[in-house]
Amino acid sequence: MSIAWFKYSSPMTFYGLAGHLAPWFGWGAAILAVIGLYIGFFVAPTDFQQGEAYRVIFIHVPAAWMSMFIYLVMAFWSAVGLAWNTRLSFMMARALAPTGALFAFLSLWTGAFWGKPMWGAWWVWDARLTSALILFFLYVGIMALWAAIDDRRRGDRAGALLILVGAINVPIIYFSVKWWNTLHQGASISLTKAPSMASIMLTGMLIMAFAAWFYSIAVALVRVRGIILERERQTEWVKVLLEQRS
Amino acid sequence: MKSRHKKLIAIGLGVAGLGIIVALVLNAFQDNLVFFYTPTQVAAGEAPEGRAFRIGGLVEMESVRREADGLTVRFLVTDTAQSIPVVYKGILPDLFKEGKGVVAEGKIADGGVFAATQVLAKHDENYMPPEAAHAVEQAQKAQATLAK
Repeated sequence: MSIAWFKYSSPMTFYGLAGHLAPWFGWGAAILAVIGLYIGFFVAPTDFQQGEAYRVIFIHVPAAWMSMFIYLVMAFWSAVGLAWNTRLSFMMARALAPTGALFAFLSLWTGAFWGKPMWGAWWVWDARLTSALILFFLYVGIMALWAAIDDRRRGDRAGALLILVGAINVPIIYFSVKWWNTLHQGASISLTKAPSMASIMLTGMLIMAFAAWFYSIAVALVRVRGIILERERQTEWVKVLLEQRS
Repeated sequence: MKSRHKKLIAIGLGVAGLGIIVALVLNAFQDNLVFFYTPTQVAAGEAPEGRAFRIGGLVEMESVRREADGLTVRFLVTDTAQSIPVVYKGILPDLFKEGKGVVAEGKIADGGVFAATQVLAKHDENYMPPEAAHAVEQAQKAQATLAK
């Protein structure tokens, strides 16, 4: 632990770092999204069986990946927060939740728009879709729990516990298409086999995935800055900061 | 041992324990989590009797027959081992095609025909331009002739 990681576990130092990093990630997300959408809608060819409708994939898959990944990151921060009692970890979890909920909702919504023309149904209760819906409910439930508990520290701990319990859903979503007969098709991209997608389609999708990552990091940093200010408003450095601003 | 390490271990054990519980529950519910039954499972009597369920498989090649009313369709759903005749009245999804995946919901009616109330298309996870799909098809045909 010779690297000064713990230096940035202090809300004061992290507030500055987050302020420096957020614009870079924000602009990165915007540029990547423009490139990714251009490839997705103008460069990538038509699909042999789904025609143009498959282009939903450029938003659907990055959103679905992000909704699962953000949950894992929240679970990580929750475990760290519960074990080390670090204030910033809980703030990070709180800052990530709305973005995770947004992506979970996007993946369900775009999935419905894709399912109707291709499968013939907006929604079916197969294992993949149901577990993805549960993920969305988990995000909403966690945010509701935080909002319902006035005592901040107790709220943090209760939320962290719910996040850790719910983390079991993420591998279920990911492997549902393997474990059970589902209407949803299997994974096109996985670590164990070559991608079953034409490379230009894959490129567009991966760029969109990076755009989603950058966007999530940027908004989480901006949000955590707000949370830090709110929680540390009694401290000297926030008062100095506010005086400088006004 | 420091208290935070104890806490971390407690969290780890808690999550692992929960994982095992969920794994066991899912394992127990295995049969109820299937979205559809394959024709082989239906032939083996695994599908529920007297109530609606779904069958899934491929639409058998050259099995689709349209009746004179223009809406009623008859076809065979196969998993290459067994096949089940299906009758459906309604609009089929665009991706419904012979040789492609399909999931139909309904009941086994008289004469062992599956009367579907809903037909969904199930597509695979492959995405490629039509030219590439054509090339793959040609290659498979060439291989098939070589094998003969």
